[in-house]
Amino acid sequence: MIAEDFKYDAPVSLADAFALLHQYGDDAKILAGGHSLIPMMKLRFAAPTHLIDINNIPGLSYIKEEDGFLKIGAMSREVDLEESEIITSKYQIFTDASKLIADPQVRNFGTIGGNLAHGDAANDHPAVMMALDAEVEISGQDGKRTVSINDFFHGFYTTAIQHGEILTEIRIPVASGNFGSAYHKAERKVGDYATAGVAAVVQIDDNGVCTKAGIGLTNVNATPMRAERSEAALVGSMLSETDIAKAAQYASEDCNPSTDLRGDIDYKRHLVGVITKRMLNRAIQRAK
Amino acid sequence: MKTVTLKINGTEHTAEVSPRTLLVHLIRENFSMTGTHIGCDTSSCGACTILINGRSAKSCTILAVQADGKEITTVEGLATAEGLHPIQEGFHLNHALHCGFCTAGVMMRAVELLEKNPNPTEEEIRWGISGNLCRCTGYNNIVKAIQWTSAKLQGKELPSTEPVFV
Ligand SMILES: Cc1cc2nc3c(=O)[nH]c(=O)nc-3n(C[C@H](O)[C@H](O)[C@H](O)COP(=O)(O)OP(=O)(O)OC[C@H]3O[C@@H](n4cnc5c(N)ncnc54)[C@H](O)[C@@H]3O)c2cc1C
Ligand code: FES
Ligand code: FES
Repeated sequence: MIAEDFKYDAPVSLADAFALLHQYGDDAKILAGGHSLIPMMKLRFAAPTHLIDINNIPGLSYIKEEDGFLKIGAMSREVDLEESEIITSKYQIFTDASKLIADPQVRNFGTIGGNLAHGDAANDHPAVMMALDAEVEISGQDGKRTVSINDFFHGFYTTAIQHGEILTEIRIPVASGNFGSAYHKAERKVGDYATAGVAAVVQIDDNGVCTKAGIGLTNVNATPMRAERSEAALVGSMLSETDIAKAAQYASEDCNPSTDLRGDIDYKRHLVGVITKRMLNRAIQRAK
Repeated sequence: MKTVTLKINGTEHTAEVSPRTLLVHLIRENFSMTGTHIGCDTSSCGACTILINGRSAKSCTILAVQADGKEITTVEGLATAEGLHPIQEGFHLNHALHCGFCTAGVMMRAVELLEKNPNPTEEEIRWGISGNLCRCTGYNNIVKAIQWTSAKLQGKELPSTEPVFV
């Protein structure tokens, strides 16, 4: 399958990329890893007239802790997360997620920025970023702005990124104290998109009280969603079995799955409950 | 049209391509190297796997223009004048193929896997080739072949190549 024809540019600086985006208008699209966009173009679900390949722009790929944040450059690949010492030692939620995202070849190319910018509730990083309370840096000709992940996903394939802008960095508050995180999704086969997925993050003080909780859900709502009632039920609690059961029940009640080839609504709600419970327990284990 | 210059298996090639040309088509049609296969054409099966600057990639999901200036290795680049590459030897001796359609892709993937992780566990091998579908072998002999190659590359005692029936 061949995409519809388009023009292609590979600028070597952000300034050039912004200029091209302005020059070509609404029909131009950014090409990052290309592993969501190119399949869509081949199927002709997308037909941009211009592709602006940002792979040759230096300085957009890094993973570092700085100024109280874990900073991930938007062009960091899935494989970079898998191989990063900071990630594997402190933010295991990414290690859990990466292993379940597509396959090694796709992970060699797919970028973290693209995974979010695609705006697909079936992708795994959105829920992970919600649980981690991330914010994203969006750059444009007039400078940079910061958007909370809570305000980032607007609808099916639409995000806070405006035309002419590029997502440049993802920032996550540095893990401190007794911090634990975990992700799992149910999938029909290895590499499939989630039937349902749950990202869980907890922070626990020295008395065993939960001081922070983040729960993000994959593919059980039109947009990636945060299980707010579950989080509220956990914060301030001792994370007893009853507290965890309540959080799991709320998540399964509050999500909004639809029936499709991966399962019906009741099944998906049930999965959300089961996985929420398991991921909370795993995150708590890791926090100790 | 765009001019693309890239190295394939050590030799420099140049072609004029339309931006929508896929890398797999450039390799197969412009340069007549048909060892790289197209199975699904939807990024799922891994038959089109090649190495781009050493990284395994699905060449049906990459534009030819994106490969400009890159070093590509295809299955044709594995064997040398001295003989088969150890991964090819491993596949041959362990009967890791039946129809052979997936084989080039699986071997290219296995080359990167062993490069990064010279002594993988069986589980790591199975996750490592999870982007490659084989409709014939049932995978067991592919796993065995990769284990054999891993031993060979490390100069370890070679495991038996006797067939395993399950
Ligand atoms: C077989 C297969 C299975 C997959 N399975 C999964 C899975 O299980 N889970 C999962 O999460 N993902 C999965 N994916 C998707 C994969 O992870 C993609 O790589 C990812 O969703 C998009 O990243 P990308 O860098 O490839 O983006 P691209 O395809 O290049 O871009 C996607 C969209 O985002 C825009 N964009 C990209 N980067 C930026 C930026 N920096 N600023 C502004 N806009 C930008 C593009 O214009 C485009 O609209 C799968 C893909 C394949 C091919
Ligand atoms: S042909 Fe490329 S993955 Fe199947
Ligand atoms: S040997 Fe036939 S598909 Fe693998």
